[in-house]
Amino acid sequence: MTTNIRYKSRIPVKTEDSAEEKQYVGFATLPNQVHRKSVKKGFDFTLMVAGESGMGKSTLVNSLFLTDLYKDRKLLNAEERINQTVEIIKHTVDIEEKGVKLKLTIVDTPGFGDAVNNNECWKPITDYIDQQFEQYFRDESGLNRKNIQDNRVHCCLYFIPPFGHGLRPVDVEFMKALHEKVNIIPLIAKADCLTPNEIKKLKDRIREEIDKFGIKVYQFPECDSDEDEEFKQLDKELKECTPFAVIGSNTVVEARGQRVRGRLYPWGIVEVENQSHCDFVKLRNMLIRSHMHDLKDVTCDVHYENYRAQCIQEMTSKLAQDNRMESPIPILPLSTPDAETEKLIKMKDEEQGVVGLSRA
Amino acid sequence: MFSFSALSALCNESLNKLNCLAASYKVYIFSNEEKRNLSLGGHVGFDSLPDQLVSKSVTQGFCFNILCVGETGIGKSTLMNTLFNTMFENEEASHYQNGVYLRPRTYDLQESNVHLKLTIVDTVGFGDQINKEDSYKPIVDYIDTQFENYLQEELKIKRSLFNYHDTRIHICLYFIAPTGHSLKSLDLVTMKKLDSKVNIIPIIAKADTISKSELHKFKIKIMSELVSNGVQIYQFPTDDEAVSEINASMNAHLPFAVVGSVEEVKVGNKTVRARQYPWGVVQVENESHCDFVKLREMLIRVNMEDLREQTHARHYELYRRCKLEEMGFKDTDPDSQPFSLQETYEAKRKEFLGDLQRKEEEMRQMFVNKVKETESELKEKERELHDKFEQLKRMHQEEKRKVEEKRRDLEEEMNAFNRKKVAAETLSLSQPLKKDKDKKK
Repeated sequence: MTTNIRYKSRIPVKTEDSAEEKQYVGFATLPNQVHRKSVKKGFDFTLMVAGESGMGKSTLVNSLFLTDLYKDRKLLNAEERINQTVEIIKHTVDIEEKGVKLKLTIVDTPGFGDAVNNNECWKPITDYIDQQFEQYFRDESGLNRKNIQDNRVHCCLYFIPPFGHGLRPVDVEFMKALHEKVNIIPLIAKADCLTPNEIKKLKDRIREEIDKFGIKVYQFPECDSDEDEEFKQLDKELKECTPFAVIGSNTVVEARGQRVRGRLYPWGIVEVENQSHCDFVKLRNMLIRSHMHDLKDVTCDVHYENYRAQCIQEMTSKLAQDNRMESPIPILPLSTPDAETEKLIKMKDEEQGVVGLSRA
Repeated sequence: MFSFSALSALCNESLNKLNCLAASYKVYIFSNEEKRNLSLGGHVGFDSLPDQLVSKSVTQGFCFNILCVGETGIGKSTLMNTLFNTMFENEEASHYQNGVYLRPRTYDLQESNVHLKLTIVDTVGFGDQINKEDSYKPIVDYIDTQFENYLQEELKIKRSLFNYHDTRIHICLYFIAPTGHSLKSLDLVTMKKLDSKVNIIPIIAKADTISKSELHKFKIKIMSELVSNGVQIYQFPTDDEAVSEINASMNAHLPFAVVGSVEEVKVGNKTVRARQYPWGVVQVENESHCDFVKLREMLIRVNMEDLREQTHARHYELYRRCKLEEMGFKDTDPDSQPFSLQETYEAKRKEFLGDLQRKEEEMRQMFVNKVKETESELKEKERELHDKFEQLKRMHQEEKRKVEEKRRDLEEEMNAFNRKKVAAETLSLSQPLKKDKDKKK
């Protein structure tokens, strides 16, 4: 697999030439050391799944991580859901593969979009994400930083129903409320109800609407120019395939002599891992095998930093408001205050100036 | 519009009178309530009555109205095209309507020699808004309006019911999204509001996304939710022997899981309507793939007439009764004496006119009072202004007088000054001679 090739360290082969031996310093083993340390430390990843009920979220998560996270789940009846509020439920599991440990947290949002009146139904979700950021911020600014728990949400899979003609108002509002707080990956759920033509049309439509409404979904990082052609080709294909049309399954069926995860219909068998049936494999590779760490990085470097900057600005602007005249310390310039506030501030300053003069 | 009790009471009265008369003539009159079955000696021929009825209705043409309720993109238009094997023109709806609109379209279809005036009503924008609390209202209003129009036609003095284009909804197909879990909250709320106004047949749309076992569980869950919430869906009638068996078995298959398609795919050596996937072909008319054939049978081929009847006899009558009761009409008054519509109508009319007159009087009174008030206010104001004017005038006079005085004083001063000036000048004229003389010295 190309990913393994990328991360293998390139230890130079020792030659007989003693001159070259003298020039070998040895820090080329750093990747190896990083690899060893990280295996020892273990990884963690927090994934949020959001979408209306019945979109196949739990099935997809089970298919992705090949485990059953949702045993004994209680589903609500329609009448109970008329006034349902959105809950946040966390499932944490520790899984291990070839010595690499992963602490996986799945944040579930049951009740999203299920009530009759869904005004601001994304508020509990944005509050949860902010809470995690706040907790991390406080821990990071604290004195004892040895055991910081990172509960920040690294990625949000948003499930778009395939029954419509594109994005619905609730989808647009949700993504706009969250696109600056978390990496959003939109998915077309239950893609086995769409023929290949219909999938293409829907994907084009959704991409268009995402552009139109200015929603910032997770962008794959550009690959370096020194990567090999095969990798670049794969990367390009991946980018053209978004949003991924996925199918999940909890059952194993017999197809073409093999036992695969799939769905059995009277007219055929849908294989989850067949690339010509759906984009599940692309999603899995992207999410787990190549871009998991990048998702974490973007969360730390972009979303968390945005939150932190905003938080600090709010705190200082509050301070500034309280001690406007007496503050001898130069106040940090507020970035992009709106025009009206600026005008007011100017007026007030002039007033003070005048007052100062008259006093003198 | 007499009630049955009124009629029978009237009959009995007249009969008694006749019997009393007849007693003197020894004529026996049998009362209406005794019916006898007679057997026929030969073939009379009134067994052709149903055929006469049929030929009459065929020449008249039939009329059928379908309401499709479901979210945008769930497959309503495609299913209609598939059911009637034609392409009704329609554009893709947008998800961004800010309310629910009903879009009725009427088509004239013909099969053999039977004409059908088909109206398909679409709900545009259903299920798209963030707040769906009012989504059911436009639908209920539309259904009520059609009933109202029919009622108005019925109550007219000069009416032409045989010519009337009946737009009352005969069947509501409710499209359920194939989530596989249960009904959505919006579905439950909407169906509860509609079940007493229209025949509802729930169908599972886009059923090619649910596998057989999931479908079985899904159907059971839906039906149990409908039952536990008291939603009354349309039951195919089982009282007619000819169709009771098939109807009873179909009742057990509700809600129908349908797939619609207008595209044709070659399967074997036939071309059928189907959907082509990379993993197989879903044939619309294959009973093991979906319940489309069942729906077509039930809706069009077997029970269409029963649906029309139910709409007229049950839903419309219920609407009519509620409406008339609202207007104050009753079948029996508090003393349980039979009421005639005419009397009630006259009484209502008198009441209404009396009300009208009273209101007119009130308004007139109010107007008169207002006029008086305003008049007195204006008079008051006028007086005030007048007073002010007088006062100002007086002040003006005072001022004038003062100014006059001052002027006179000033003039006097000026005169005095002038005199002094003249005196001083004459004095100074003689003075400078002396000065010159001093200078010369």
